[in-house]
Amino acid sequence: MIELKNIRKSFGEKEILKDVSLKMEAGKTNLIIGASGSGKTVLMKCMVGLMNVDSGQVIYNNEDFTAMTDKEKKPIRQEIGMLFQGSALFDSMTVEQNVMFPLDMFSNKSYKERKKRVQEVLDRVQLKDANNKFPAEISGGMKKRVGIARAIVLNPKYLFVDEPNSGLDPQTSLVIDKLIKDITVDFNITTVVNTHDMNTVMESGDHIIYMHQGKKQWEGSNEDIIFSEDKLLNDFIFASEFFQDIKEMRKMEVFRDKAWRKKGGTPSSNS
Amino acid sequence: MEFKLFYHFGRYLLMLKGMFSRPENFRMYWKEFMHQCVEIGIGSLGIVVIISLFLGAVTTVQTAYQLVSGFIPKSVIAQVVRDTIIIELAPTMVCIVLGGVVGSKIASELGNMRISEQIDAQEIMGINTKAYLILPKILAAMVTIPCLVVIAAFLGIFGGLEAGKLSGIISHDQFMEGLRASFDGYNVFFALSKAYTYSFIISSIPAYYGYNVTGGALEIGRASTTAVVVSCVLILFADYVLAAILL
Repeated sequence: MIELKNIRKSFGEKEILKDVSLKMEAGKTNLIIGASGSGKTVLMKCMVGLMNVDSGQVIYNNEDFTAMTDKEKKPIRQEIGMLFQGSALFDSMTVEQNVMFPLDMFSNKSYKERKKRVQEVLDRVQLKDANNKFPAEISGGMKKRVGIARAIVLNPKYLFVDEPNSGLDPQTSLVIDKLIKDITVDFNITTVVNTHDMNTVMESGDHIIYMHQGKKQWEGSNEDIIFSEDKLLNDFIFASEFFQDIKEMRKMEVFRDKAWRKKGGTPSSNS
Repeated sequence: MEFKLFYHFGRYLLMLKGMFSRPENFRMYWKEFMHQCVEIGIGSLGIVVIISLFLGAVTTVQTAYQLVSGFIPKSVIAQVVRDTIIIELAPTMVCIVLGGVVGSKIASELGNMRISEQIDAQEIMGINTKAYLILPKILAAMVTIPCLVVIAAFLGIFGGLEAGKLSGIISHDQFMEGLRASFDGYNVFFALSKAYTYSFIISSIPAYYGYNVTGGALEIGRASTTAVVVSCVLILFADYVLAAILL
């Protein structure tokens, strides 16, 4: 579990994060959504320790990450996997070497065992026949899968994903979303995803946090989000094409009915 | 300007301090060190061979041009070529050229890694990126560049000998006689002192600029250019300081 307590972060005079407090549970896909400049990326960078917070605490399983020295942070960092927006694969290494890199650095396994583990995770992300290709030779979707494979190769407890669907076509985006969701459930990982994509929100968001101008504006599930009365959240989500496309609206109605049934209401009264 | 100078100097010192930590995996650090030795040492060998041969040749021809008196034996040309090559041209000229070749490579490699979040990816894994990415480059430069300077000195003298023979300025025997006359081993020590100092400059300064790049592709180019310019100026400054102290 990850807990944030009263996180504040400023760049000069400009306050980017304003007293953000959250709890993110294991085995759930936690989505941080919000407009550009709302502080999502800064919040994620503060969580993984790429940026220091001005005040507040980032707590991983009851351990205060913000109070630790760099040396003390190392064991927790090895439990963190992260997929970057641009995948951040090492250009000079092949796909296999990229995925093997964390194992090379942190495990004492033999080469044969490491290679076996790499093949396991590449199979898990459904990446075939790409072991000896360089990042420049594979597609954006494949890069994301390699990034995910590298992030999970050490069996992390926490998975951070920054804009998993940027630059991908809708079909590939769905595959990546499903992959992240499945990995989260299968390995009982605490997953945190930064996204703009409403498809991702509806498909895989167990716990959604809406950020607005550095504040946590709204928090709930993907079933709650369409019933929210929060004007700022509604303005944000209903600006998405996802909610405007007729076909997707029908899909939404089905989803909404399902959600109402879960809440004990009648679908007809809400359609 | 003054403030920026101290700002960069302070950050540079902190970067150097940050490099010294216990390696996460010694085998990986060793692999990276050997990789950098190949990149910096073997990768620069070609250009070092070319420039040192021509530097020696030009020095012979120009020294002969300036020695117009018939009272000065021709073997003096070889002595001048030997000492000029060993003391100044092999370490300083070769390192200024390497400052461009190796410096821009280090700055752009680290800059690209920074911009494409590869450094952040390693940080999140728990790797001390200053130790893993910068230290092996500096150590590799300090091992291979003095070797390149020694090779450059030999090739420079060889180039001088061949140029002298080909242009009929000096015979092989006269050149060899001059080479052996009043040789001072301290000059070699001086040249190697320069080589170690310069190799530290041309690896650490570009590493600093590359590691701290912010922005995009344009900034990588700017960082690379700044790194080469600053390295060259510092090499010339160190050249003067070392000469004043050691000679």
